[in-house]
Amino acid sequence: MPDLTIVTLAAGLRQPSSTRMLADRLSAATVAAVEEEGAAVKSETVELRDVAHDVVNAMLTGFPAGGLPQVLDTVSGASGLIAVTPVFTTSYSGLFKSFIDVVDPDSLAGMPVLLGATGGTPRHSLALDYAMRPLFTYLHAEVVSTSVFAATDDWAGDADTANPLPQRIERAGRELAQRIMQTKRRGPADPYDDVPSFDQMLSDLRDA
Amino acid sequence: MQFGVFTVSDVTTDPTTGRTPDDTERVRSMLTIAEHADAAGLDVFATGEHHNPPFVASSPTTLLGYLAAATKNVVLSTSTTLITTNDPVKIAEDYAMLQVISNGRMDLMLGRGNTGPVYPWFGQDIRQGIPLAIENYALLRRLWEEDVVDWEGKFRTPLHGFTATPRPLDGVPPFVWHGSIRTPEIAEQAGYYGDGFFHNNIFWPMSHTKKMVNFYRQRFEHHGHGSADQAIVGLGGQVFMRKNSQDAWNEFRPYFDNAPVYGHGPSMEEFTAATPLTVGSPQQVIERYAAMSDDVGDYQRQLFLIDHAGLPLKTVLEQIDLLAEEVVPVLRKEMEAKRPAHVPANPPSHTERLAIRGARTSAQDQTVAKDEVHA
Repeated sequence: MPDLTIVTLAAGLRQPSSTRMLADRLSAATVAAVEEEGAAVKSETVELRDVAHDVVNAMLTGFPAGGLPQVLDTVSGASGLIAVTPVFTTSYSGLFKSFIDVVDPDSLAGMPVLLGATGGTPRHSLALDYAMRPLFTYLHAEVVSTSVFAATDDWAGDADTANPLPQRIERAGRELAQRIMQTKRRGPADPYDDVPSFDQMLSDLRDA
Repeated sequence: MQFGVFTVSDVTTDPTTGRTPDDTERVRSMLTIAEHADAAGLDVFATGEHHNPPFVASSPTTLLGYLAAATKNVVLSTSTTLITTNDPVKIAEDYAMLQVISNGRMDLMLGRGNTGPVYPWFGQDIRQGIPLAIENYALLRRLWEEDVVDWEGKFRTPLHGFTATPRPLDGVPPFVWHGSIRTPEIAEQAGYYGDGFFHNNIFWPMSHTKKMVNFYRQRFEHHGHGSADQAIVGLGGQVFMRKNSQDAWNEFRPYFDNAPVYGHGPSMEEFTAATPLTVGSPQQVIERYAAMSDDVGDYQRQLFLIDHAGLPLKTVLEQIDLLAEEVVPVLRKEMEAKRPAHVPANPPSHTERLAIRGARTSAQDQTVAKDEVHA
């Protein structure tokens, strides 16, 4: 039984999607780098498209149902998270943000996270840094410094000869692997474990 | 075990006719529903408290005070009374008055409320929701239990030599429930005081309800009020019935599909699978609700939401009849057969609380008398 779980979120809408391609490569690079460190690791990938209806239902009713509770448990229980979205109208896709909105805001605190995004041209690459990164910083996740943007041209030939996509993926996977090995996260705290006793709540009031 | 109805007091357009009742009609329909529940033999009528349209129940004790005179047996309660934004002094006064008027045929359920702007409208900060619930209730209890209160806290003007009137009936404060859907701190509060805990699970899967109720039961035992299975638990529920299951589905579907809370979201099939909403025959309701105690243990109060989403009054009254005639007698018998003898069948009534307090007081008197002899 592997100690560590790497969970990858792919928010692409088409099948097959280039977002899923990038997600798979980031996942594989991270798994390889963790295994190089001598740890056993398993990986799971969630296509947000598969729970899209459940995500909207959760927004409308206030509770997760259908396939969503299991996905939320998978995400909050990860040792490290890879989040990959297409860039739509200058930002993460609406589905990606909707999913993040139904995740318990405390459940990603301290989570090692690697960010990825895809788009038609490299001109959208900053969406990773002005949209994705602040989102995860707000959630107190530990986002590694390298994030990977794959434009359509990156998938072939010599779009970037100095620092080609495979090299960027490898570097990002290595960074996430290191962060995972440092934190060895095994899921979120049980919300019932750290409920203050009533005496504590009363004395907090008096001290306030 | 007690079975009753609770209302959120929503004014909603009937999607099948396009007709919307006005506030006056809605308030009067709530009175009719409560009186009908009493006459039909249901055990509890509870009203929510809201301070914004489309809800009309802003003044629960006025409503329940009227009902105290207009009904005979039904226990009058709330679902919930806002402990965060009401002045605890006013709660102490209003509910002691209701207790006296109803001759103890009442209790109340405290909650923090789920409408953000109500906090600033009443001069409070929503981020202080839990501390407000803790401090306000601590004061409320003192106002009922002590004749003269000196008090200082964080959220309210200090009190010096204050006496809340009328004093509680026979010197015994009303029984209190604490309602919370997802805040373990409130379950801890209920466990600390040995009060009741109500989980309004109508929009939640049973797996979640089960965790919260079990946490409350453990804390009830931890704080020395009895064993975990003796804790006083209530659940919310939601049903729509017709003799034939398919008639119930056909009739309720437009109300479900357009309901303010879950309309245009999950299908009725998905929602009935995930939550306690049961649409079908009385027998199907019996089967679903008889199984609730498998998850939460033997419990004392089951409230049903039946008058929402624009359902016409006539239909609501028919639902009450189906509950009272076909569902509750069977459920009550089944639950009673399952319940071990040491687990309370009902939340404590005024008479029972009076007897418990009487026993405690006379035990204390005897101790004092013995001490005097020894001295």
